[in-house]
Amino acid sequence: MSESAIKVFVDGATNYFLHSSDEDVKIGAPYLLENTSPLAFDYTGIIGVTGPQRGTVYFTAPRILLKHLLMSLGENDTSNANILDLVGEVANTISGNARAEFGHEFMISVPVMLEGPPGNIHLPESLRSYVIPIYWKAYSAAVVVCMEL
Amino acid sequence: MYKLLVVDDSSIIRRKIERCCDVKRFNIVGLAQNGIEALTLFQTHSPHVVTMDLTMPQMGGIDCVAAMIRENKDVRILVVSALADVETGIQALELGARGFLCKPFSDAELKNALNELVEGQSV
Repeated sequence: MSESAIKVFVDGATNYFLHSSDEDVKIGAPYLLENTSPLAFDYTGIIGVTGPQRGTVYFTAPRILLKHLLMSLGENDTSNANILDLVGEVANTISGNARAEFGHEFMISVPVMLEGPPGNIHLPESLRSYVIPIYWKAYSAAVVVCMEL
Repeated sequence: MYKLLVVDDSSIIRRKIERCCDVKRFNIVGLAQNGIEALTLFQTHSPHVVTMDLTMPQMGGIDCVAAMIRENKDVRILVVSALADVETGIQALELGARGFLCKPFSDAELKNALNELVEGQSV
């Protein structure tokens, strides 16, 4: 993936947190990760991508970050159901916003939400993923992009 | 008072739109999580205004917008979606939606979009 393509997702993540909270978000330096050990925190929202670019974009975060993000959004209910909804919505928003750069043919799925360890995420081992670290409040999360271009 | 139908597969977004609505201006008559539920509520309540997500399971927002306009060409539909490309916006407007608000949105942006929609301005 090109630097400009990664920047699309960096900007998407930054934009989401800026709209959702008064606290600054910091984006770390993206890095490549082998798909044999996908990165995942407590909850993950996964978007499938088809079209000229094919692959997966996901947002993964610890429960505590998602709980605080829910409260920033005005939600008092921090139940599992709401946390899963949020992680899917964040993934959906970042992926959907990427269409502004990649165009109408960048087709995204409805999100799939997962709870649990990295073993629940299976990515093509022939590819590698870009991990975009996110730091918000005292917590870490990530957007992970695995696409054939 | 305008009857409002909110359509989004995310309950967080549905509640956010609910909270943002000016209760003196909008009466929420239904909350739907996909296009099929939305059409049922649309036929039951005949809302004046609809907020419509696009990426939803079972029936997406583009098909739902088209179906609603076929039933009532005067309904004012505000598409609220993360799909940020120009072509999607044009597609929705050509089908009959009156406005497009891109996610993520602030409370103020949504309020302004809904108010402009009912005041007859393009959003």
